Amino acid sequence: MIQGSIARISGPVVIADGMRGSKMYDVVHVGTLELPGEIIRLEGDQAVVQVYEDTTGLSIGEPVTNTEKPLSVELGPGLISSIFDGVQRPLPELAKKSGSFISRGISAPGLSRDTLWDFEPKITEGTPVKGGEILGSVREYHFTHHILVPPGVTGTVERVRQGKFKVTDVVCELDNGQHLTLLQRWPVRKGRPYARKLDPAIPLITGQRIFDCLFPLTKGGTAMIPGGFGTGKTVSEQTLAKWADAQVIIYIGCGERGNEMTDVLSEFPELVDPRTGLPLIQRTILIANTSNMPVAAREASIYTGITMAEYYRDMGYDVALMADSTSRWGEALREVSGRLEEMPGEEGYPAYLATRLAAFYERAGRVICLGPEGRAGSVTIVGAVSPPGGDFSEPITQNTLRIAGTFWALDTSLAYRRHFPSVNWIKSYSLYLDSVEGWFSEKMAPDWRALRDRTMYLLQKEVELQEIVQLVGPDALPESEKAILEVTRMIREDFLQQSAYSDTDSFCPLEKQYWMLSTILSYWEASEEAMTRGVSLKQISALPLKAEIARMKEAASIDQIRDLKEKVHTQIGALEVER
Amino acid sequence: MMRPVPLIEREFRTVSYVSGPLIFVERPKGVSFGETARITLPDGEVRNGQVLDISRDLAVVQVYEGTSGVDNKATQVRFTGQSPSIDVSIDMLGRVFSGVGKPRDGRPDIIPEDTVDISGMPINPYSRDKPSDFIQTGMSAIDALNTLVRGQKLPIFSGSGLPANKLAAQIARQAKVLGKEESFAVVFVAMGITHKEASYFMNEFERTGALERVVFFQNLADDPTIERIATPRCALSVAEFLAYTHHLHVLVILTDMTNYCEALREISTAREEVPGRRGYPGYMYTDLASIYERAGRIKGTTGSITQIPILTMPDDDITHPVPDLTGYITEGQIVLSRDLFRRGADPPIDVLPCLSRLMNLGIGPGKTREDHRNVADQLYASYAYGRDLRRLVAIVGEEALTELDKVYLSFADDFEKKFITQGDANRNIGETLDLGWDLLAKLPEDELKRIKIEFIRKYHPAYRAR
Repeated sequence: MIQGSIARISGPVVIADGMRGSKMYDVVHVGTLELPGEIIRLEGDQAVVQVYEDTTGLSIGEPVTNTEKPLSVELGPGLISSIFDGVQRPLPELAKKSGSFISRGISAPGLSRDTLWDFEPKITEGTPVKGGEILGSVREYHFTHHILVPPGVTGTVERVRQGKFKVTDVVCELDNGQHLTLLQRWPVRKGRPYARKLDPAIPLITGQRIFDCLFPLTKGGTAMIPGGFGTGKTVSEQTLAKWADAQVIIYIGCGERGNEMTDVLSEFPELVDPRTGLPLIQRTILIANTSNMPVAAREASIYTGITMAEYYRDMGYDVALMADSTSRWGEALREVSGRLEEMPGEEGYPAYLATRLAAFYERAGRVICLGPEGRAGSVTIVGAVSPPGGDFSEPITQNTLRIAGTFWALDTSLAYRRHFPSVNWIKSYSLYLDSVEGWFSEKMAPDWRALRDRTMYLLQKEVELQEIVQLVGPDALPESEKAILEVTRMIREDFLQQSAYSDTDSFCPLEKQYWMLSTILSYWEASEEAMTRGVSLKQISALPLKAEIARMKEAASIDQIRDLKEKVHTQIGALEVER
Repeated sequence: MMRPVPLIEREFRTVSYVSGPLIFVERPKGVSFGETARITLPDGEVRNGQVLDISRDLAVVQVYEGTSGVDNKATQVRFTGQSPSIDVSIDMLGRVFSGVGKPRDGRPDIIPEDTVDISGMPINPYSRDKPSDFIQTGMSAIDALNTLVRGQKLPIFSGSGLPANKLAAQIARQAKVLGKEESFAVVFVAMGITHKEASYFMNEFERTGALERVVFFQNLADDPTIERIATPRCALSVAEFLAYTHHLHVLVILTDMTNYCEALREISTAREEVPGRRGYPGYMYTDLASIYERAGRIKGTTGSITQIPILTMPDDDITHPVPDLTGYITEGQIVLSRDLFRRGADPPIDVLPCLSRLMNLGIGPGKTREDHRNVADQLYASYAYGRDLRRLVAIVGEEALTELDKVYLSFADDFEKKFITQGDANRNIGETLDLGWDLLAKLPEDELKRIKIEFIRKYHPAYRAR
């Protein structure tokens, strides 16, 4: 065991002497309080340690003990519906031990040691197994939680047990003496292995019109949501956590507000997943390292989250991970880097920021898992970015842009006029459009892509027209262009705007989305057609259709919208030229 | 609260280097990180400090009262083995203290009930209780559009010369939770403000008879800058004590956070740290969070801490690091506008950039009124459209507008004159919402797309009259 002593303390960074033989990213215990920390640099005899708790009160000369293990998380049944801090300490346990405020030096295992799980083996004695194979399963809420042979382990099953077990009980013994439990550990900074990566081709349906129809995300894809404060990053992340069609959601509150986590904690048990009818909390894992909790643990929190995501992916599930916000993670990197007196890169961020970001986002993906069954699972990452001053040219936004597949740019001016979600349709993009086209035309409607492209064309055209209006006033526009402005207003207000707080509209089924958009566009087509006949825009506007289109969001059934589309056609078609 | 056991006190005369608010003490054996120091100057004056960085050879100590008069020969530094703490008591109500909690009103020291660490500890997110009590401030722009909820942190972004103090005083005076008579307290934290501003608040509290419910922390413009680092922490420790031990609902007003951040920058510069934007340290977000995140409610206790920090946006720039980082931590913001101020709006709240993130938790049936959310959305949408038109009119003239657009234009004017402007009036939420309806009634009913039809039928003046 390597034991050294503290030589310097600067905020969350501690330098220890006498640590020769330590490895990078080894976990150490610092001081008499045994605060957990991680080695982030080695220099001769000295090790630089980032400490996951407040270092106040430590003094020079106190012992530093190396555990010689990398920072790991406990994986096994009991993760779902739990809330952890950045280094997987369960917050309810901490509250039990130290009350409403988190004090220092408390440790608690990530998974409960008391809960009994009903283990149903799938494998028989005498069969050879290797990493990724299913040993059996337990029931975790409605999930079949597969217990997998940990990656890298091989052998022949000598004994396998059935019945109720704690996570630390041995359920399977291999001929080479290895004992497998329900629990396995995995170092957070290392991605869990898989057989091969697949191309993303299946959209992750979110029930949000602007995301699904205009800028789709895929299962196994990556998305970024940058926006200044008040633009609705957190609301978007939470909305996605609520309605995305993934089987497991991992929500990381990384350096954000405490009350937001409380919000999720109190809301998710009550909300019901529209697909399974079960409370949303029964598919959610929360990781909360709020802005006032230790900075180094904030840095670790996204790795803790993604490792859990990969664990469920390996069982063959679709997992979506929400990281709110990656900027705070970057700032934690910057703070630690500054204390290390490293040469700063852009805006004081360390030069390795881009590498770290890329390495994190690349852990997303749709994969064929290890194991003979060829299960497919996915991890989707949605990262919020908080650019200072709402300026997208800053390093975190720019470096994330290079990696993320979907870019949902939030816009302060839209937020000011309460257009939510405040996604700017001109700046945003999705690189997955072509890969999901097949799925949409097969599952939704063959003309999905055409509809989407026409919508984007109109919205683009609106920007040009608005510029003209700003210069010469709306009267200068010809009728046909005024019609475009009218229909884009409909697209913006009656389609893209979607209240996260509405009972009927916060989740919009894909089919309804399609018919809504299709109705609005058919209004435009019918108007165009009528105007070529000589009908005036005024006549069309006088029809009572617009108010009905505006109320589509509240429509209870899709038939209602389909009927409206029909009505739009017939009524505008029936207009006669006024003399 | 847990406190480190006081170790043996150690005294050093090895000050080697003095820079700005920092002194560097050589060979500080046995000194621990974050502990407080008493610095005795050659002339016998005693000052307080805290260890910021420590190694085998050197301890960096920040001196709260400044380093003038410190030398590197005779100055003594005594380390106390304790982290900075403050004595607290319920008797602090009605008293005035310096920025580090020493009585400043000429009355004797308080008899402490407890001594607490000023940096506090993070609230376990799992133990937080969801804020849900609507606070009626009597201000329409806040109550109807950016509702304040108990346990929230809602800053006021002001500009130099704008009446943020008047607004804060009015909120402190009028704020109440409907239907409940509960004991409350105000902790007022002055950081680097002038004597005149501080006495404005003093007189205001005196006039309304609230003074005996107020704890006043004063670090005025001519007091030591570095003391400001400790001031909000001391004050919030007192607030936490009042809220969680004495079960009071505490409103904490912090003014002016820009001065606090300046002090932070001064220390960072003296330590020769890599500067972030505009010279402010890279960890300013985390540092501010350690102040703002101390607002909230805790499960199983009745007390609460609601924060209203006031800050001045340098050059009215909302993207300046101080308002920017604040906005990222707090649960919304109230923004004052110079343009509205010039046009006579009182309070000059520009509602467009304003936001209350917790609004939905505090409004609706049983709390305010069922139509509240809809009315707020509609007022916002219509006012934003009217403001856009104003810009257009500046270019193409009012004649170019359609009849409907002219209605919107006059709606925006009325909204500023009648709804936002209210002077000293204290409007209850019903009055505020009805006033909103009166304004909306000028728009054609078809335009009220954000309001459910049933609410239009129930609350629209055209139907109400019948």
